[in-house]
Amino acid sequence: MSSLVKNIIRFCLFLLVQVFVLNQIPPLHHLVVPYLYYLFLLWLPFKMGRRTQMILGFVLGFCLDAFTKSYGMHTAACVLIAYLRPFLINLLISQEGAESNYNEPSITSMGFTPYMTYVSILTLIHHAFLFFLEALESGGFFYFLIKTVLSAAVSLLLVIITELLFSRRQRFKTNTA
Amino acid sequence: MRNILLFIRIYFNFLFFLCLMGISLFMVFSYNRYQHTAYSAVAGEVAGRISNQFSTVESYFELKRTNDSLMKVNARLYNQLKNDFELPDTVSNSRVDSVRMDTSILARKYLYLPARVVGNSVSLENNYLELHRGLQQGVEKDLAVTDIFNNVVGSIVDVSNNYSVVMSLLHRQSNVSAKLKRNGVTGSIIWDGVDPNFVILKDIPADIKVFPGDTVVTSGFSDKFPYGLLIGTVWKVDHEKNGQVASMKVKTAANFYNLQYVYIIKNLQKQEPSQLLNRFQKTNE
Repeated sequence: MSSLVKNIIRFCLFLLVQVFVLNQIPPLHHLVVPYLYYLFLLWLPFKMGRRTQMILGFVLGFCLDAFTKSYGMHTAACVLIAYLRPFLINLLISQEGAESNYNEPSITSMGFTPYMTYVSILTLIHHAFLFFLEALESGGFFYFLIKTVLSAAVSLLLVIITELLFSRRQRFKTNTA
Repeated sequence: MRNILLFIRIYFNFLFFLCLMGISLFMVFSYNRYQHTAYSAVAGEVAGRISNQFSTVESYFELKRTNDSLMKVNARLYNQLKNDFELPDTVSNSRVDSVRMDTSILARKYLYLPARVVGNSVSLENNYLELHRGLQQGVEKDLAVTDIFNNVVGSIVDVSNNYSVVMSLLHRQSNVSAKLKRNGVTGSIIWDGVDPNFVILKDIPADIKVFPGDTVVTSGFSDKFPYGLLIGTVWKVDHEKNGQVASMKVKTAANFYNLQYVYIIKNLQKQEPSQLLNRFQKTNE
């Protein structure tokens, strides 16, 4: 399957799961809001242009916003993590030339610890920015802090479960061929 | 000039990021004031269509419950029929009314429009419902929405051609004028974002006696909600430290978890009082 088709399918699936499963389940607690859809942005190929990534982030966020009627909130958070993603990848990549040997970030391509760091930092940034925008109109600093930490923890758990359930096979590409 | 172009070329990604971020932040701060925006009409229409597909599937699982509640409502309405009541006949001359027109049409104030819920959430900070009924089916902005037992659900904030968006009571900016049925004291209903089963009734003077179980209804002061729609019952009373006003937890009468059908209440006599008020304000300026 080509990378384009795969990513289009992923886009739809992540969005639908977020809107019709995660947003529908009765809340565990008002401070815990599970998110999974942004994993689409984290799974984008290494080689994608930075502007394309940001546009995709914008589109993904806007689509979710259209369902939750919170225009701009998720869009802003997604644009932010799409912008920061390449910096983090450059920092965290451990093996020499992993970007050219593998397609996209995963445990196999980056190694367990760097990949989990990458995911958790972007999760935290996404949640912090989202709840910061939310807290601007309501709620105090303490509320914002606890909500960010708790929701990020639950989202990370979801991400790990997703990684375990849908192990993405990564082909090792050689540049000799 | 060359330096500017060079600058733009080097920092193009960053500028692009700033631009996208600017657009999204603009959307955040412009939509929160409930202005009907161009993109929200289109996006709402598309999202509504997708949600509609899902809700047609989902509604099958709720059929039994919907049926039960419709049975209850029907029974209640049957009990209000005129033939349920009979007085011993005192005057036995029945007479045909010569006016063949329903004169009550002129006096009608509130009109109920049924609508199906296609999108709903309770878990977010600001919750909205999406209804499959819009501009072309007679929905406008700022109409009241109640569930099938006529308990308050929220009010319409955005309308597209076939869909409309309801700000439910479970919204940080929702504010409904309410009244304690026991003594007629008015306050306002807000939501603190904690529990979808409870809203907060605030601005009640602290010396007013309120007990758990007291009924809270709409006050009828706004041109949206008719008087006396059930909002909920008082659950717990918190006396604040300064002692001036009390706020209380109110258990909502409407169950926001499984709304399948709602009624939109249209106020047909909205124009005249608001025009009068406008005129009065203008002359006093």
